[in-house]
Amino acid sequence: MLDPDLKLNQKIFDTDAEKQATRQGYGEGLAELGEKNPNVVVLTADLSESTQTEKFAEKYPDRFFECGVAEQNMAAVAAGLGITGKIPFISSYATFSPGKNWETIRTTIVYNQSNVKIAGHHSGIATGPDGATHQATEDIALTRTLPDIKVIIPCDSIEAKKATLVSADINGPVYLRFTRDKTPVITTEQTPFELGKIQTFWTSTNPQAVILATGYLLYYALLTAKNLEAEGIDVLVANVSTIKPLDGQTLLELAEKTGAIVTVEDHQVAGGLGGAVAEFLAKNKPTPMEFIGLQDTFGQSGPPTELLAKYQMNDKAIAAAVKKLLARKS
Amino acid sequence: MFEDLYEEKLISLEEKANKARQLLIETLLTAGSGHSAGPLGMADIFIAFYFHILNHRPENPGWEDRDRLILSNGHICPIRYVSMAMSGYFPLEELKTLRKINSRLQGHPHRTSLPGVETTSGPLGEGISQAIGIALAAKLDKKTYQTYCITSDGEHQEGNTWEAVMFAGKLKMNNLTLIIDRNNIQIDGFTENVMPLEPLKEKYEAFNWAVLEVDGNNIKVFVDAIKEALAIYEKPTVIIAHTIPGKGVDFMEKDFHWHGKPPNQQEAKKALNELRTLQGRIQSEHQ
Repeated sequence: MLDPDLKLNQKIFDTDAEKQATRQGYGEGLAELGEKNPNVVVLTADLSESTQTEKFAEKYPDRFFECGVAEQNMAAVAAGLGITGKIPFISSYATFSPGKNWETIRTTIVYNQSNVKIAGHHSGIATGPDGATHQATEDIALTRTLPDIKVIIPCDSIEAKKATLVSADINGPVYLRFTRDKTPVITTEQTPFELGKIQTFWTSTNPQAVILATGYLLYYALLTAKNLEAEGIDVLVANVSTIKPLDGQTLLELAEKTGAIVTVEDHQVAGGLGGAVAEFLAKNKPTPMEFIGLQDTFGQSGPPTELLAKYQMNDKAIAAAVKKLLARKS
Repeated sequence: MFEDLYEEKLISLEEKANKARQLLIETLLTAGSGHSAGPLGMADIFIAFYFHILNHRPENPGWEDRDRLILSNGHICPIRYVSMAMSGYFPLEELKTLRKINSRLQGHPHRTSLPGVETTSGPLGEGISQAIGIALAAKLDKKTYQTYCITSDGEHQEGNTWEAVMFAGKLKMNNLTLIIDRNNIQIDGFTENVMPLEPLKEKYEAFNWAVLEVDGNNIKVFVDAIKEALAIYEKPTVIIAHTIPGKGVDFMEKDFHWHGKPPNQQEAKKALNELRTLQGRIQSEHQ
């Protein structure tokens, strides 16, 4: 069941459950930050509408910089602002930022310890019809391998807004990952959000596995848990909204409790959430794992739900992974 | 604004530039790796900045109203380190740690390792953008400090250089002054053979910049050019400073093979002899 203490959206499994894109939460968070903190500045590379920075731009034109189609310049300009007392948010598609401009981010933002927040939009195959060129599926790996950066992936629009607000209070580089498609609203305003904490959203009395999900796919993980419950299989579902720093303590507890882990992410299975969890557990508590995500392949054009089915990343695939794990355990 | 450059001050700057070249040779010899030609060629400009142009406080490198000097082509940092040490940012002795383990003097400059190094640089084409960001922050905060950025000519082959040039032109960044070390060499040879940059002046003009061209090894001329640049309000200004790579050491001058290597013991001795002889000439030239 959904953990009642976390005040989650109880209507999440209804057919008419509310859906919003996580990028919308980013836009709302920025607008609020604009009001709250005069040092917040926003930069975009010809994508102000689709990265939802328009609201900020309208209200605070002096603190909004349109950089044109030039992501490397955008990153390094932000680096300069960030070492001079400003809190810049750079907004583009994740394939371009931190994709195309990765080395600029590495040198001028992260190694330079500049206080820049990198917002990567249109992540994952959920980007849909635009095709693989615009579906960022390696960006978690690109960012989490950088020393001293924080990597946050909100599961819905409400958490996205909270993550955006929190990131302005962090002194240092942060990567925020957003999704284009409208996805179910899982949390509520009352749900606590704490950076660097894994939260167990779905609890059960006798869990045999834990599904660790990041981003909007958390919804599919929850759906899986509900369906498995009906089949008599108890699992836990946890929201890993912070990939870096990874909440090792909670991870250990969950591994201890269940002895089987499925990771779920709209990203290559190499280098993302699954990789991070495996790196940690291999050293601290080797645990059987299954990995849901892109299996060393690019996506393609299509509606997100069809793509998730094709690349075996939906609730059916997650359920199959859980069962495979349980078979391995016994 | 800095004062006019009277004769005695000019002589003292030229002597300092010569001293800087000697320290540079000694530093590179101890380091055992690093770049020779670019730093020697830029000694006059760095000394002009640290001892005349910049409004700065070596004892308080983080002073928020200081002028910013951004070095985009980080590989010539030895001359920046030498100039910083000479002006009191850290003891001259520390120059011996360049490129050694646990040193604040990284092979390519790292902002948080050494106070006074304004940005982290090395990978080319990233300095102008960072300088723009710093200059934008100045405008937002209504600060009057000037942001200077030194770039190499070779790094104008990087596409991101032109992203930045375009952006500064768009924003009419008049609190930003760019200096190009036009020494015509890069690792693989002469710039015009590797990837021609000319007509460089016209390129900048086409991007809505004001362009000045000067002899970068003439301190008087360079300081005057900075003064002229600061008087241009309607657009950003670039000073194309023609320098001689390896300046001051005959066997290094204009030879691109000296771009990325340090002198060995014998070469250093020869270079130092030359530079010490030059020291005497500075005084007599002004008489």
